[in-house]
Amino acid sequence: MDVNSLRSQFPQLKESVYGKPLVYLDNAATSLRPLSVVQAWDEMSLKHNSNLHRAVHKTAVDATEKFEATRVAVADFIGASSPKEIVFTSGTTQSINLLAACLENAGFFSEGDEILIAESEHHSNIVPWQMVAARKGLKIKVLPVDNNGEILISRLPELLTPKTKICCVAQVSNVLGIINPVREICEICHANGTLFLVDGAQGVAHLTTDVLALGCDFYAFSGHKMFAAPGVGVLYGKKQLLDSLPPYMGGGEMIESVSWEKTTFAPVPGRFEAGTQNISGVPTLVPAIELCKQLKTSEIEKEQEKIKNLILEAFEKDPDITLHGNPVEREKKIPLFSISVKGAHHEDLSLILDKMGIATRSGQMCAEPLMDRFGVTGMLRASFAPYNTLEEANYFIECLQKAIKMLK
Amino acid sequence: MNTLEEAKSAVVEEFSMFDEWLDKYEYLIELGKNLEVFPVELKTDSRLIKGCQSRVWLDVREEGGRLYFRADSDAIITKGIISLLIQVYNGRTAEEIRQDDFSFVESIGLRENLSPTRANGLNSMIETIRREAEKNA
Repeated sequence: MDVNSLRSQFPQLKESVYGKPLVYLDNAATSLRPLSVVQAWDEMSLKHNSNLHRAVHKTAVDATEKFEATRVAVADFIGASSPKEIVFTSGTTQSINLLAACLENAGFFSEGDEILIAESEHHSNIVPWQMVAARKGLKIKVLPVDNNGEILISRLPELLTPKTKICCVAQVSNVLGIINPVREICEICHANGTLFLVDGAQGVAHLTTDVLALGCDFYAFSGHKMFAAPGVGVLYGKKQLLDSLPPYMGGGEMIESVSWEKTTFAPVPGRFEAGTQNISGVPTLVPAIELCKQLKTSEIEKEQEKIKNLILEAFEKDPDITLHGNPVEREKKIPLFSISVKGAHHEDLSLILDKMGIATRSGQMCAEPLMDRFGVTGMLRASFAPYNTLEEANYFIECLQKAIKMLK
Repeated sequence: MNTLEEAKSAVVEEFSMFDEWLDKYEYLIELGKNLEVFPVELKTDSRLIKGCQSRVWLDVREEGGRLYFRADSDAIITKGIISLLIQVYNGRTAEEIRQDDFSFVESIGLRENLSPTRANGLNSMIETIRREAEKNA
């Protein structure tokens, strides 16, 4: 598949804004949706709509089959040992909140225990842990990054103590675009008896994920950042760990039997899926996964590589631009670029680029502690997807330079 | 002094000269650069309206039944819009401001700069001006 045939699958790429063709470079916030995903959603809504796991009628059976087939596809996609290790949620944020609450309710934490979180994490991988920490009297410790944005693995041994119960790190930082060495961190954590959670929100669409090879205990991601419907997410957990956790919410199909005296709960993963599920949304993961697999072709990857090099070289040439997230090895970065520009505010840049047809993100990007780390109040981010072209990358650089000139 | 309605019309008319978005921004940037310098000692936390995007500082002073504003922002386009707001609302009575709906900002096509997101310091600035007017009316 080449970029042009890929683009033809995304109708929104033909839209224009302010009379200019849309150049969508806010993919880290949410990706655009391909026709296959919209059609899958349509089909579920218009042909197979029925509540899951309950009724015996044909439509309900069909809907349930599609839902459960998605679980199988997701397990296969991320290399889980069994579909029972796949819990459907509303997104990464809910996945992490579910995990934090369930660990708490399982009595996993005692007062004085520690949670280790990377400095570059998204708020969604910080705040749920802070909330548990406040309730249980836990200590949050920070695994720092260096000036390039790379996690300082060398600091791990001193940060990990017998009280460190879980360590939480993103596969790829949503601000820095750096592919973190999660496998190495995981090994060190496990040697310490510490559980390891990977936030895969930014990684899942860009990388090939194999949770078994990675070794992590939990892996969370969202559908909407990998072309699927919004409101769909996944929490992967090792089966024996999920088995040890109590339910998250009560009601719906999460039970085994209910009586006034004693209610028992369904086995995993159903135990964690209370209430009516996202019937139409979840099955859109199947075409989304299919597309993600197709994108791992050399032609598309080559184009992405070219874009990355073009942008990095343009930034390196400009002394007024500081790139945040500049790993020593270029392969450790996905085409996601956050910058500060001397003499130009990120909001101004984003507003001007918008009027040129380019959608970027400006601000703290849900990573306030990282902004503090780099001593900035916000950044400008351009995040590319495989449907973005080299031509768009060139146009972005050209417009960025124009915008900077306007502001000086 | 012109009336509030006259001041608003003048701004709307000024903006109607621009067909192109970028020209509009060029003008706002110019206004932002020329905004009266905001005294550093007034840049206190109590005057800071913190948003996800830009930061806005606002100082309100009441004198002889009229409200006077000084403001600043780290983003220049926001500063330009601040300049417009000051041009229109400075020296008005609290009652005049209280009765205004601030919709002129929308009529000059700056609606997206006022989108109701947490990100928006400018929105909060208008809210603060309104609140001060309520307090003094």
